[in-house]
Amino acid sequence: MTQNLNLTLKIWRQANSDARGRFETYQARDVSPEMSFLEMLDFVNEELTKEGKEPIAFEHDCREGICGCCGAVVNGRAHGGLAGTTLCQVHMRHFANGSTVVIEPWRARPFKVLKDLIVDRSPFEKLQQAGGFISVNTGSAPEANSIPVKREDAELAMDAAACIGCGACVAACPNASAMLFVSAKVSHLALLPQGKAEALARAHRMVARMDELGFGNCSNEAECEAACPKRVKIANIARLNREFLKAALFGPIARKGVPSA
Amino acid sequence: MTKLDAKIPAGPIEKKWDQHRFDLKLVNPSNRRKYEIIVVGTGLAGAGAAASLAELGYNVKCFGIHDSPRRAHSIAAQGGINAAKNYPNDGDSIYRLFYDTVKGGDYRAREANVYRLAQVSNAIIDHCVALGVPFAREYGGLLDNRSFGGAQLSRTFYARGQTGQQLLLGAYSSLCRQIGKGQVKMLPRREMLDLVVVGGRARGIVTRNLVNGKIESHSANAICLCTGGYGNVFFLSTNAQNCNASAAWRCYKQGALFANPCFTQIHPTCIPVHGDKQSKLTLMSESLRNDGRVWVPKKKSDRRPPAQISEQERDYYLERKYPSFGNLVPRDVASRAAKEQCDDGRGVGSTGLAVFLDFEDAIKRVGKGTIEEKYGNLFEMYERITGEDPYRSPMMIYPAIHYTMGGLWVDYDLMSTIPGLFVLGEANFSDHGANRLGASALMQGLADGFFIIPYCMAGYLASTKFDKVDIAHQAFKDTELRAQTQIKKLLAVDGKRTVLEFHRELGLLLWEKCGMARSEAGLKQALEKIPEIRAEYWQNVKVPGVNEDLNQSLERANRVADYFDLAELLCRDALERVESCGGHFRVESQTEEGEAKRDDEHFAHVAAWEYQGSDKVPLRHQEPLAFEHCKPTQRSYK
Ligand SMILES: Cc1cc2nc3c(=O)[nH]c(=O)nc-3n(C[C@H](O)[C@H](O)[C@H](O)COP(=O)(O)OP(=O)(O)OC[C@H]3O[C@@H](n4cnc5c(N)ncnc54)[C@H](O)[C@@H]3O)c2cc1C
Ligand code: FES
Repeated sequence: MTQNLNLTLKIWRQANSDARGRFETYQARDVSPEMSFLEMLDFVNEELTKEGKEPIAFEHDCREGICGCCGAVVNGRAHGGLAGTTLCQVHMRHFANGSTVVIEPWRARPFKVLKDLIVDRSPFEKLQQAGGFISVNTGSAPEANSIPVKREDAELAMDAAACIGCGACVAACPNASAMLFVSAKVSHLALLPQGKAEALARAHRMVARMDELGFGNCSNEAECEAACPKRVKIANIARLNREFLKAALFGPIARKGVPSA
Repeated sequence: MTKLDAKIPAGPIEKKWDQHRFDLKLVNPSNRRKYEIIVVGTGLAGAGAAASLAELGYNVKCFGIHDSPRRAHSIAAQGGINAAKNYPNDGDSIYRLFYDTVKGGDYRAREANVYRLAQVSNAIIDHCVALGVPFAREYGGLLDNRSFGGAQLSRTFYARGQTGQQLLLGAYSSLCRQIGKGQVKMLPRREMLDLVVVGGRARGIVTRNLVNGKIESHSANAICLCTGGYGNVFFLSTNAQNCNASAAWRCYKQGALFANPCFTQIHPTCIPVHGDKQSKLTLMSESLRNDGRVWVPKKKSDRRPPAQISEQERDYYLERKYPSFGNLVPRDVASRAAKEQCDDGRGVGSTGLAVFLDFEDAIKRVGKGTIEEKYGNLFEMYERITGEDPYRSPMMIYPAIHYTMGGLWVDYDLMSTIPGLFVLGEANFSDHGANRLGASALMQGLADGFFIIPYCMAGYLASTKFDKVDIAHQAFKDTELRAQTQIKKLLAVDGKRTVLEFHRELGLLLWEKCGMARSEAGLKQALEKIPEIRAEYWQNVKVPGVNEDLNQSLERANRVADYFDLAELLCRDALERVESCGGHFRVESQTEEGEAKRDDEHFAHVAAWEYQGSDKVPLRHQEPLAFEHCKPTQRSYK
């Protein structure tokens, strides 16, 4: 059994979105390597609470890597930088005894900080509402097997649909672009026959909304793919561009800086 | 005294729902916009209900704890969703799905409800496919099925190991469409603190804005409570951290009856507890038992690494005790057997509270590649958490609380004992009896939300004359005050112990006394101990910060306050039910071989509890259960 760890934590504290934030230093002592990263934060929070101080606010729920609640930049890397891993699935055995760990919220213009490590990701909701759906009312669906779907297409759609909406892609992008998020949704739905009827309009509406919400342009940095805990691929961005370009052929769309496919 | 009338429609079971839908009144399309409906929760049940009611033209207000509806706990379901499509041609039918679900529930569910669930199951799959849910497919492009939860046929639809995620994203996309249209007003980061009852009807809710602490009132013609299960009362469970019982509990205190609280489900294959700082338990899908073999060392306290324990020194106890079902016995049986081995000193791992789940033979038989294809993501998750490679040494597993069959009592229309308060999904008690079969919770959530509530809601609205009630009504003021008073009280204690410490203490006690095995003596001890911990809570808890802020400690403190009361009811219900059935195992009621023994003569009923006031014993009502189609038999897996 490996020994317990003593760590120095530098954590971003910010009372609310209007307040100015700053890093505070905390000592985390006797941390078991079997703990998850969030359990380590729980542990620190318990100590803070007992000392009469305010615990660190951070978002979390499932702690299994699926709900997309958690996320912070740890030592400069979204979700701590372990490939294909959300922050809640990072365990303390990956940290060296005596090391310093810097923890800060997603930094991206469209996501304002609400408190400490919690940011407001509601712009993702607006993107989704702009077209991230198939327009079908309850009760009107045809028999499920009446439309076969090529297995490869279903698999590719599933790869794209694996997005958990955590926001790491936006946080990792130097331009705070939401292209990976949008393209994953557009791809997921466009790959399935059920979603094809609206594919052009969907791409058009979601991309236009992305601009309105202040997300930056994609300049092919690919940082988003590296940061994605669900391994969503930038190939989806290329597919979005194809869909988008198709949309552009059918209707004039005022849009700047779309990288060529 | 509240009377329980399940309002089960007359007629043959296959015709009940159709006839009932015909009999229910309709609301004319142009009148629908005159009605306001509140939906609390955005899991499969809530998102489905909000979307389908909005599609019909009602004004919907939808609430959730998270920043986005997509984060509701349904997102975490792994394995799959059942339906009676019979695509594999292996003998499935609506009747068989109905029969299996009633039997799996150990004959403690209502036949009429379960039949309807099986009936609408196929429409759920149709609808989800139309919404773009990327279910697994065969090479020919048609939908794939797998077997699940010990069923003898393949009726489970799945999307890799992320079925819940994909179904919820489907329901969420419908909800987004309605939010975009303005037909649903979505209020995220809001926690329902109480129900507002006016003139005997549910007419609104009071919420707390989780960003700034504002206490807000919302009025409506009807309320759909879709707030999930209460497994977190046990502290450690496979539930997400924000799952809680408060919304349902406060409705109970307003007069809604709470049914079968002691029916809780323990899942046999979870990653064991590793230390006292642990915050949750992670489920390893039940499908693993298709290929993994469960064993413990024959010798007590044998802590050698598994590779050093020879074949002769191992006890494959499930295969030994249940030769015909082997490692595939149902969840309750597998869980109890693991506990028995550990109680007997044969458990493994650092705590002795684990058993091995070994893939060595399967890897030898079919090759590592095949195992990886089937379970790769689970093995990866296991390794990520434990740091051990299950391809080389066996997994360690232990049972954990996973699901709650009990919940608010509802009639056939999903309406609680408070008119206008409907309860959907895991929050109600209706379809799973004393034990839920794998892959049927997702089915129930979507059935309730998409396919049942739209009809029942119309029936209620069209047959009710509503007084004009808005949030200026005194009842809202009173309810707000009640919520505020509790918050003030919690913040004022300023004691020495954290909320988490209390929650952990309560959870452990409940797990010991009212977990996998329950005895009269143990339950009585728990019923003495819980009020003591609660009393200390209100004198010694420390809740930092203020109300007018994003305050996660306060959120938790509010929820834990309700867990004490719920834990008490759970134990009381378990004490009164002197039989073993499904997930409820009373040590006094077992066969000579140590298996669960039902007592149909005395307990073939739903127990529904009515709140009588904070220091009074609640009243136990009974709804008798009649089995016309599924004849109760003692389950045997030998
Ligand atoms: C790890 C795991 C795996 C599972 N796998 C499967 C499976 O393979 N197949 C299967 O059929 N079932 C499975 N289940 C069970 C199934 O996932 C759940 O029973 C089901 O998803 C519950 O759905 P729901 O809509 O009722 O509630 P939930 O999805 O739990 O949603 C509850 C909602 O209520 C909201 N809420 C709660 N309290 C409040 C409040 N006070 N105020 C405002 N909002 C509130 C929450 O924010 C959330 O939106 C699994 C469960 C777990 C834990
Ligand atoms: S807490 Fe759910 S993904 Fe991390």
